Amino acid sequence: MAGTGTPLLSAAGLLEEKRAGGGLLRDPVVLVSTGIIVLLVVIAVFAPFIATANPDSSNILAVNEAPSAAHLLGTDSLGRDLFSRLVYGARLSLLGPALIVCISSAAGTVLALAAAWFGGFFDQMVSRAADVLFAFPGIIFAIVAVSVFGRGLVAPVIALAIAATPYVLRVTRSVALRQRRLPYVAACYVEGVPAWRIGLRHLLPNVAPIILVQATLAFGYALVTLAAISYLGLGVQPPSATWGLMVATGQAAILGGHPEQSLYAGVMIVLAVVAFNLLGNRLAAHLET
Amino acid sequence: MADRPVGLREPGPPPALEVEHLVKVFPGPRSAGGFLAVDDVSFCVPQGRSLAVVGESGSGKTTLARMIVGLERPSAGRIAVAGSARSWRRVSSAERKRRAREVQIVFQDPYSSLDPRQSVRRCIEEALVLHFDLDRAGRTARVEELLEQVRLDRRHADSLPKRLSGGQRQRVAIARALACAPKVVICDEAVASLDVSIQAQVLNLMSDIRNETGVSYLFISHDLAVVRQVSDDIVVMRRGRIVEAGPADRVLDAPEHPYTRRLLAAIPRPGWRPAPSQEEVGTSS
Ligand SMILES: Nc1ncnc2c1ncn2[C@@H]1O[C@H](COP(=O)(O)OP(=O)(O)OP(=O)(O)O)[C@@H](O)[C@H]1O
Ligand SMILES: [Mg+2]
Repeated sequence: MAGTGTPLLSAAGLLEEKRAGGGLLRDPVVLVSTGIIVLLVVIAVFAPFIATANPDSSNILAVNEAPSAAHLLGTDSLGRDLFSRLVYGARLSLLGPALIVCISSAAGTVLALAAAWFGGFFDQMVSRAADVLFAFPGIIFAIVAVSVFGRGLVAPVIALAIAATPYVLRVTRSVALRQRRLPYVAACYVEGVPAWRIGLRHLLPNVAPIILVQATLAFGYALVTLAAISYLGLGVQPPSATWGLMVATGQAAILGGHPEQSLYAGVMIVLAVVAFNLLGNRLAAHLET
Repeated sequence: MADRPVGLREPGPPPALEVEHLVKVFPGPRSAGGFLAVDDVSFCVPQGRSLAVVGESGSGKTTLARMIVGLERPSAGRIAVAGSARSWRRVSSAERKRRAREVQIVFQDPYSSLDPRQSVRRCIEEALVLHFDLDRAGRTARVEELLEQVRLDRRHADSLPKRLSGGQRQRVAIARALACAPKVVICDEAVASLDVSIQAQVLNLMSDIRNETGVSYLFISHDLAVVRQVSDDIVVMRRGRIVEAGPADRVLDAPEHPYTRRLLAAIPRPGWRPAPSQEEVGTSS
């Protein structure tokens, strides 16, 4: 059995490669969710060109206005242009989760690779520390951080990054451990390749896909959590715009018969989170096949 | 029985590889004393010769190989390469690199012994960069030389392993091992997972390489037909111990130990002859 089909096997490998690469690009869910994410990023980056007004300038004479040519989505209770606030709100709403995901992915990956490489005592320590962190929900962590370091973007971002690290660590470590036991790593070792190089040039590229999937899923989660923190008034402070903050400030207008002010921001949050989660799930599915 | 040095030592230059009273105990049960995977093994491989280690599954062959290349720490014993003994203290990166130029290994499974994300060329160059002070052109030339040595078409140089057949991958693994210019190459069941006809090609190739480079082989196998073709001497292992050792012809044609006789009786085809060398079929894609 073994080896009788080696040429066949490599042909099958070829087919599989085609299917995996082509399949991803032909998957409508992947295309749509990627499209939404790209659109959101474009909006955030080019906010000054897209916004129709200064998002922070209020106008007492034009509060709670209905959509019009001047104000595409109307104005809020301070007379600020809602469309422009949504557009500018994309910046901090996406920057926060991006920072969280980058920091936690980097820290989690470095720790996971080191734990997989050194094993033994170091691995035990890292894994126990992760277990302890698992016990604290990220949002509690963030609230504590805010109460110590003050409101704003930095404290919640760092707290949530720390809270997300054990998740990255756990998944990446198990994949890295599996890779580490493969003979190609042993071959590198026998060849005299320095440990750091084996980690960066061999293990990392082979665990990168799973890190990417994790990061995509974590992005959605981080976005919701940060929005909640913003909503609670613990995050970025007014007059800066984030979607979470806009949901909170729009609440007052709900009673005045203008629920759409909160709704617009809520829709943006849901759109972004769903896009990241769908993409993450599809990537995970493609990675498995 | 394993006390006597296994009759293979000859006067003259120091052997390429010498192993004395090597022991490996894995922590674990067997009445809490641990599992004795390799038990007092001694042998030597003279320069340019080829020694086969045979034995059934679980007899400790791979553990032996892993100790020799430094992937496993021996519980006791001595390993010397070209006359200089190795210490069991934690090895530095520099020492590991030095040892890489002494012993290299080719593993059994061609599908996991190459980094799936590294092309053939980069795989071999990685070894060259580590061990030799070559410029770009020199490296490229050396890669082509090595590929030629393992009869791998140079159009495969920039392929990823998944584009290659099992036999081709083992050739890459051999080229990678040779890139370090080692004195000894250990083959741990290196052809066991290949087609019989491809096995023969790879074995022929290895014997040609030995003639060209003077490298010594430690061949680990449970397939005595393979062993007959490639080895000068044979060591028979059973449950971690050497039960019989001697020149290949003697051990295969007049085995002394009943265990060796049993192993020999298990060969399905006694008069096995290598197929004429032909290119591996259907592998070009
Ligand atoms: N890391 C380990 N921990 C505990 N026991 C081990 C370990 N590695 C190997 N062993 C045991 O040591 C014994 C010898 O294993 P080894 O792999 O060296 O045998 P082998 O002769 O190479 O067999 P095969 O022909 O199947 O490859 C086996 O019983 C195995 O279970
Ligand atoms: Mg083995």
